[in-house]
Amino acid sequence: MKSPFPFSAIVGQTAMKQAIILTAIDPGIGGVLVFGDRGTGKSTAVRALAALLPPIKAVAGCPVNSPRLEDCPDWAEIGSKEIVSRPTPVIDLPLGATEDRVVGALDIERALTRGEKAFEPGLLARANRGYLYIDEVNLLEDHIVDLLLDVAQSGENVVEREGLSIRHPARFVLVGSGNPEEGELRPQLLDRFGLSVEVRSPTDIEERIEVIRRRDAFETDNAGFMKRWRSADTKIRNRILAARESLSAIVTPESILRDCAELCIALGSDGLRGELTLLRTARALAAYEGDTVLTRDHLRAIAASSLSHRLRRDPLDEAGSATRVARVVTEVLG
Amino acid sequence: MSEGVDRWQAACLALQLLAVDPVGLKGLCLRARSGPVRQALVDLLPILPLPRRKLHPTISDEQLFGGIDLSATLAGERVVFNQGLTSSPAALVLTMAERAGADLGARLAQVLDSDMGHCLVMLDEGAEPDEHAPAALTERLAFLLDMDGIGAQQIWSPDIDMANLEAARGRVAAVPVGPEEITALVAIALRFGIDSLRAPILALRAARAHAALMDRTVLEPEDLSVAVSLVYPSRATMLPADETPEETEQEPPPPPPEDQPQDGETPEPGSGIPDEMLIEAVRALLPAHVLDTLAPSRATRGANGAGGAGAKHKGNRRGRPLPSRAGRLDGTSRIDLVATLRAAAPWQPMRRKASPHAEGLLIRPSDIRLKRYEETSDRLLIFVVDASGSAAMARLGEAKGAVELLLAEAYARRDHVALIAFRGSGAELLLPPTRSLVQTKRRLSALPGGGGTPLAAGLKAAGELAIHARGRGLTPTVALLTDGRANIALDGMPNRAAAAEDATTLARSLRVQGIPALVLDMSNRPQATLHDLALQMGAPYIPLPRADAKRLSAAISTALEG
Repeated sequence: MKSPFPFSAIVGQTAMKQAIILTAIDPGIGGVLVFGDRGTGKSTAVRALAALLPPIKAVAGCPVNSPRLEDCPDWAEIGSKEIVSRPTPVIDLPLGATEDRVVGALDIERALTRGEKAFEPGLLARANRGYLYIDEVNLLEDHIVDLLLDVAQSGENVVEREGLSIRHPARFVLVGSGNPEEGELRPQLLDRFGLSVEVRSPTDIEERIEVIRRRDAFETDNAGFMKRWRSADTKIRNRILAARESLSAIVTPESILRDCAELCIALGSDGLRGELTLLRTARALAAYEGDTVLTRDHLRAIAASSLSHRLRRDPLDEAGSATRVARVVTEVLG
Repeated sequence: MSEGVDRWQAACLALQLLAVDPVGLKGLCLRARSGPVRQALVDLLPILPLPRRKLHPTISDEQLFGGIDLSATLAGERVVFNQGLTSSPAALVLTMAERAGADLGARLAQVLDSDMGHCLVMLDEGAEPDEHAPAALTERLAFLLDMDGIGAQQIWSPDIDMANLEAARGRVAAVPVGPEEITALVAIALRFGIDSLRAPILALRAARAHAALMDRTVLEPEDLSVAVSLVYPSRATMLPADETPEETEQEPPPPPPEDQPQDGETPEPGSGIPDEMLIEAVRALLPAHVLDTLAPSRATRGANGAGGAGAKHKGNRRGRPLPSRAGRLDGTSRIDLVATLRAAAPWQPMRRKASPHAEGLLIRPSDIRLKRYEETSDRLLIFVVDASGSAAMARLGEAKGAVELLLAEAYARRDHVALIAFRGSGAELLLPPTRSLVQTKRRLSALPGGGGTPLAAGLKAAGELAIHARGRGLTPTVALLTDGRANIALDGMPNRAAAAEDATTLARSLRVQGIPALVLDMSNRPQATLHDLALQMGAPYIPLPRADAKRLSAAISTALEG
């Protein structure tokens, strides 16, 4: 199988790339929602993510990628005690996935042939400590969405059915993509995503040509192309690693906290998740840029992506929510 | 006559290009009813250099990706694994692609994106424009061949030089591509309003494949013109303006990537390649009806996709659980494991005697119990809005406001909405059933007023849509907003008496079909005739309260709930 298209070679789409990098620095931000037309590089960016992220250390054979042996769930039959390094999991949740495949189910093979009650882990187990990618998230069936909400909230997957009682950690970053013209996403699910970005096809002809040129080079001269972009990818990876280190040392002045609150009040966003995400994302950005003190510039850069999907939907307002956020940001922050 | 011949020729060429580069071009979608023309093309599929595997729209995950064959496992008392159809590179042939749901589309898109060397041929038998293969797939495949209207006498079986195809496969990667070719392809895509960047990528590969097929080592203008004429027409959303492409947007261009040398000036679209010639090549191949419906087709594409996907996806696999029932696992139902084991339990001693060496539980296919669910279907609110001159004079604006309020509520309740407007000589479905609030609002605010009042036509369209929606498992409700001054009969003729009669007939037919409705009078003074019409429909009649959209919305909600 070919390695995915390099992350750094994606032309433009800065908002999407920034959002993805920030969640890689601080998974606590809580996921990215990418809305846009077909053929704008949404899937490409997410699949590139796996190759970009630094590998994680996990117990060999552990179905939930536990970092230490004592963290492995008791139902998992782990043979070795070895700690291996594996790529950060980026798990695809396909649209038609059944509940069994998502949360895991009784291992039918073993139940029927050997008469043993065993648990077959699902996609949520595999996504632990990594990413869960849902393409066309707005077309996902409602009961799967409810399930994901519940697990994303608690960080734990509990299976109580078919005579099984199993729980395992399921902490992952949700990455959803979709086309808003094909159906809306429920506000409850929208709010669970930390960041949301809208992507468009580039309108600049030069940029479009560059996209085609790189894609063509990727397909025809794969080895050369990957080599050319490897150092750029490594640079981003190192910056992410450095940012993770410095994240806790970022100083947050009192005035910035006040700014966050004022922004959210002015926008009328529900709950306090808006403020929290705003703050975490701004910190991640500061860390990524090598700054030590949080400033209004950081807030400005990420306000649209962390707040635009939290506004009360106003059916009579024609302007997009991103414009509303931009307007309020200028009012509040000057 | 010759037009059909040209299209047949193009189809044969597309198939050969696909045979040269099946993985890069990803595949083709063949839109044709079953018949000799389709058969002739299907007979050519063996030229693809991959094993063919047939898929059907309700294929299960086990069949696609592999897994345990449960029935065989139970019957054979040992684990039988299925090889998934996608586990090795293959030409996947999806029959009846118009019936495939968005979920299968998503999984196959994942297969295509994984670059494992698959290629997909979709056989789309859709009869209506809104029956079509999943858009996520058509978008990824290079060619869409519409064989509609080609007669059996216009086709012939082409000479295909298998040795040359084989050789071309080796040559294709070596064809160099210069910046001018890429520039030309991108510029043309923009002029036809093709936003997706997959189109130029696929066109580039098609051009390469064509050059390789013609045994050339460089791309000639002919290769490009063949490529755009095969890849672009089905994706075009507008006709090119005659001069410069209008791609002025307010977004500033991002900084140029550092490693690529940029030439200082904007390249003239099509330097070296006669751009106009390429445009003509596409234009000639745009089917006639596409030209007629170009603008709406772009606007409704998303909504159509949603309609189909939404309805399937509402799908009827959830709801209140019912007792499980004996049945066969066919990939669409789920096994109720506890009930299955319970059914098998009493037989264990007897079966153990019959086969003493078997391990574990002894389960026969007849023990299998399936889960069943009862579910309530989703509601569809069909707005039928009078946009005639008289209504526009009266209170069309207020009515729009009221509809918007209702939309906000429909959104909160997860209802589907559809919008029909009638004015002039007939009714028009502005928005097929969708959940997208954005779309509905956009259509509603763009709704012009003026012309006669073809009330009967509006009711007819609403009735048809309601029946269609019911067929897909939705529960339709019709909300009619009019001033009741019907003056255009069903045949489009201005005749007040006939118009009123037709409207009454159709109102009665709505009631006979049991479609719940309500009538909103938006005239300045309540109309007695409209009240009578509401009675014929068996619908509540609500005069639009003056200048109070909130109260109106409350009134409607009460009427709908009741």
